Amino acid sequence: MKIVMAIIKPFKLEEVRDALTAIGVHGLTVTEVKGYGRQKGHTEIYRGAEYAVSFLPKIKIEVAVATDQVDKTIEAITSAAKTGQIGDGKIFVINLDHAVRIRTGEADAAAL
Amino acid sequence: MTFKRPTRAGWAVLAIAALCVAGFVDVAFAEDAAPAATAAPVPNKGDVAWMLTSSALVLMMSIPGLALFYGGLVRTKNMASVLTQVFAIVSMIGVTWTIYGYSLAFGDGGSMTSWIGGFSKAFLHGVDANSTSATFSNGVVIPELAYFVFQMTFAMITPALIVGAFAERIKFSAVMLFILLWSTFIYYPIAHWVWYVAAPDDVAAAAKALAAATDAAAKTAAQAKLDEVTGSVGWLAGAGSLDFAGGTVVHINAGIAGLVGAVIIGKRTGYGKDLMAPHSLTMTMIGAALLWVGWFGFNAGSNLEANGTTALAFVNTMVATAGAALSWLLVEWIVKGKPSLLGICSGAVAGLVAVTPASGFAGPIGALVLGLVVSPVCLFFVSAVKNALGYDDALDVFGVHCVGGIIGALGTGILVNPALGGVGITDYANITGNNAGTYDFATQMIAQGKAVLATLLWSGIGSAILYKIVDVIVGLRVNVESEREGLDISEHGERAYNM
Repeated sequence: MKIVMAIIKPFKLEEVRDALTAIGVHGLTVTEVKGYGRQKGHTEIYRGAEYAVSFLPKIKIEVAVATDQVDKTIEAITSAAKTGQIGDGKIFVINLDHAVRIRTGEADAAAL
Repeated sequence: MTFKRPTRAGWAVLAIAALCVAGFVDVAFAEDAAPAATAAPVPNKGDVAWMLTSSALVLMMSIPGLALFYGGLVRTKNMASVLTQVFAIVSMIGVTWTIYGYSLAFGDGGSMTSWIGGFSKAFLHGVDANSTSATFSNGVVIPELAYFVFQMTFAMITPALIVGAFAERIKFSAVMLFILLWSTFIYYPIAHWVWYVAAPDDVAAAAKALAAATDAAAKTAAQAKLDEVTGSVGWLAGAGSLDFAGGTVVHINAGIAGLVGAVIIGKRTGYGKDLMAPHSLTMTMIGAALLWVGWFGFNAGSNLEANGTTALAFVNTMVATAGAALSWLLVEWIVKGKPSLLGICSGAVAGLVAVTPASGFAGPIGALVLGLVVSPVCLFFVSAVKNALGYDDALDVFGVHCVGGIIGALGTGILVNPALGGVGITDYANITGNNAGTYDFATQMIAQGKAVLATLLWSGIGSAILYKIVDVIVGLRVNVESEREGLDISEHGERAYNM
């Protein structure tokens, strides 16, 4: 099992969710985050005060999938979240040791 | 029926008419050994309604208007502190104005009356539902209680303006003590200097008598009478300074006190490094819009009655503000690349400030020009000057209110000129040298400059002393930890937002 964690542009969330649903991924955790990568921030001006805002608002999604689903998941997220512009985000894949469904006590693959 | 403010020629006609009437009255009563006293003028119901409405509008400027305008500009963690400071100042002045403030500002100070009003009206002694206050029209009065409460709302908002300068770092106890002292030693005296005229009707009558006097003996007698009645006015009012609704008394006064406070208290921790962006421009926009609406009470209400000049002040307030809002937006768009909401709101406030002293004196086109001019100057001060000098006037009290107030005070001296569409000066101004009611550029600008300078000095130096006193007694500044945590929690034990 793996966790696929992706940082995407906020307005791409719905497209990514649709793409994941289409390949059979039925659970998703979303967090509003801020951060920066190669995309530059922007300048905000309030009267005389200018602020370089380098942390931009992004969406972090986390989805737990079976190992053989990882490539399909990455493919779905990549195609849905891509604009071709700098700042599209990144995908990280992390090993997942164990999973439990709280309601039933089912474990691992059955819990996903 | 439309009322037109008399022109210069009109004043002469009026003066002659008044003299004829006076002559007739003299003749009519000549047969009676003791002429009956003229019946005391009775307040007009429309005037009373307008003045009470205006008072409520000016209260709305402070709370919620100014509180939201300022509150939106600070960080979330200091929102409740700014709202509390403004609300508490309004409430405190409501108490002190009633107990002694009104008396100090608008009472008769006896031998000191050029400078301060004394305590003859403390606890509203002698002020009841039947006592009246004079207005700008001879023989027209309003209830003194209406005048009292209208002026109270001015005394409330002026010190509340100052808190923007030292927002986000001052102790609440220091704010309250400072404002108590400041209103007593700075505001009440300056209000008295500029606005106290014991009996404007008598001054006008004496000036007319002097103008009408033909032989030397009559001139000497008339001059003596005039000197006597002008002895009982605030010294800046006597100097002929024009300030319709408080450009000097309110805005220059609060603005310089704010600057001095920002410098003495010091910069916010992290100033210039941390992100200190406004937490809600939505609140700021609501506040600015409430200020604009409330300002009709402030400026048009300052005519003290409901007539054509009231409409003039209302219209001037409208057009100057629209012009200033637009010019700030455009200049910022050109200079900084983007037209901003904070910019247009700041421009509106700058325009309101600038038109305040001019509102009953300039013509609408003059007011429009004043509005267009004030914004670029204020924008220059809140960006270039502030950054170059490095003081942390957090919400630009100096850059908008003091600078805008100075532009307005000097602009009033220019725009009151009838040749520029102004109303001309009243029959009890410019009374020296037999020039009553005559506009003279140099004379007027000297009088305006005197008022600006006197306010800057008294408020600037006086405030510095008061800040030091407060620092010794309770301390001005919260410690760095409290400042980082935010004044909402550290000073008030609550949050503005629990979401």
